[in-house]
Amino acid sequence: MREHYKEVFKKVLLYIFYLTGSAFMLLPFFWMISTAFKPDNQIFTVPIRWIPSPVYFKNFVKAFEVIPIVKYMFNTVIIAVLKIGGEVFVSALVAYGFARFNFKFKNILFIILLATMMLPYEVTMIPTFIMWSWLGLTDSYVPLILPAYFGAVSFIFFLRMYFSTFPKGTEEAMVIDGANYFQIFYKLILQLSKPALVTIGLWAFLGTWNDLLGQLIYINDPAKYTIQLGLASFSNLTGETLWGPLMAASFIALIPVIFILLFAQKYFVEGIKMMGIKG
Amino acid sequence: MKKSKVGFLFILPWLTGLVLFTVIPIIAALFISMTDWSIIGDANFIGLENFKAIFEDQMFYKTLLITVRYAIFAIPLTIFTALLVAISLNNQYKGTGVFRTIFYMPSIVSGVAVAIVFKWILDPNYGVLNSLLGILGVTGPNWLYDPDWVLPSYLIMAIWGASGGLYIYLAALKDIPKELYESATIDGAGLIHRIRYITLPMLTPILFYNMVIGIISAFRKFTDAYILGGAGEEGIFYMVYLYGQAFSFYKMGYATALAWILFVIIFSLTLIVNYTKKYWVYSE
Repeated sequence: MREHYKEVFKKVLLYIFYLTGSAFMLLPFFWMISTAFKPDNQIFTVPIRWIPSPVYFKNFVKAFEVIPIVKYMFNTVIIAVLKIGGEVFVSALVAYGFARFNFKFKNILFIILLATMMLPYEVTMIPTFIMWSWLGLTDSYVPLILPAYFGAVSFIFFLRMYFSTFPKGTEEAMVIDGANYFQIFYKLILQLSKPALVTIGLWAFLGTWNDLLGQLIYINDPAKYTIQLGLASFSNLTGETLWGPLMAASFIALIPVIFILLFAQKYFVEGIKMMGIKG
Repeated sequence: MKKSKVGFLFILPWLTGLVLFTVIPIIAALFISMTDWSIIGDANFIGLENFKAIFEDQMFYKTLLITVRYAIFAIPLTIFTALLVAISLNNQYKGTGVFRTIFYMPSIVSGVAVAIVFKWILDPNYGVLNSLLGILGVTGPNWLYDPDWVLPSYLIMAIWGASGGLYIYLAALKDIPKELYESATIDGAGLIHRIRYITLPMLTPILFYNMVIGIISAFRKFTDAYILGGAGEEGIFYMVYLYGQAFSFYKMGYATALAWILFVIIFSLTLIVNYTKKYWVYSE
């Protein structure tokens, strides 16, 4: 009987923790949405008003007047689309090379690959920028897209580990049947690893959607702004005045990622399990 | 074609990218850091002058101090928070799935929008945080508008984001053999003892990993700081300063030298943490 009470007590404590923790986690969203639907006289008031009444939609209209949100989201999607396919495909290609073949200097090259994961983005950032500006390609999406076609180190690392777990039998049988290695890679390996490819594709999308520094460095023309740049300039432009429209814009910008969180979470969870980081 | 050559072909794209986007830029960065280059006009070789100037630059020390102070507080706080959340959610109770999603959120939902929302939450007059404190009878501070409260403001954001690593911890918790807990319970160990003597030691590899990641990301903190700022220049983290030197003042040589110093700091800290590994990280 005492054990039973202890168990109930533990559960109650846990749920109290879950609920207060969740309230803290959700507070930013609640506050964002609440503000987005309030007119200024309900926003700038003490004590604060939790629920908008009446619900006010003009902040969205005003947000669209200040920045072309849809255009910026579209720009970001263009970058992501042009980038992700290449990034995922090439990363898989390289990962397969490291997972299945022996060639000269392979081990040293793999150590170099690992070292570049630690490597300072900040150190290469400025020379790379200068290189693109020599080529006249700053203020374009090329510097944000093209490097992805040489593979992404973390994706290569992840996929190499994933490919290594595949049994070799089918590949050997295909070799005997006369298939070359690119066919094997394309017809077998890529097909088998679809869930893993979706996972890194989603990572790549989030990387593009949430990146600020890279886009800030390369894009100057407001017509080419991404959603992050658009929000950042909106925030700097208006300072502390237009909180309603700013929250409306932030809300719209977060909708795609919230969808990913709700409907694609299992891919991230699986990806983390696949990584199985140990020591 | 020989199999070894095929393998080389597979990795060739990466190798090309390595040369183009890593090797050449690094070599270039060595030279650039020794010039007074401002992107337009010529670059003059000035040897180690940039580094000398940096060591006399008050803003260098200030921004470095801001970054280091943030790292010292944020890393333990976030690791502790993530650990607490993961241990509490490591069960199959009703609703655990929903709570996991909620706590995992910061790893997916981030960027400028979240930073802007936090700026509004922290608004001293109309923000929700000070209103909540008001309900508790506490007069909230001016947060980002008070130099002394800038760091705590950033720490609140860091704690919010801490549980983004939830599933990494949960995966590690799952790997701990059940028998360890069972035999410990039979021997009369309570919850605290089981966490202290089983869970924590078994999680040290993940704690180590998160410590390294924490150091790297603290020193590279940019987006939040760029949006939130802070009174008395207390929000100028190292990367924000570096970015400004490079892309607002076009002091490419100076900024590259700053980047090398940042790299050396991150690299040595990682080496030091790696050296301590054998004293506290469990390995099979």
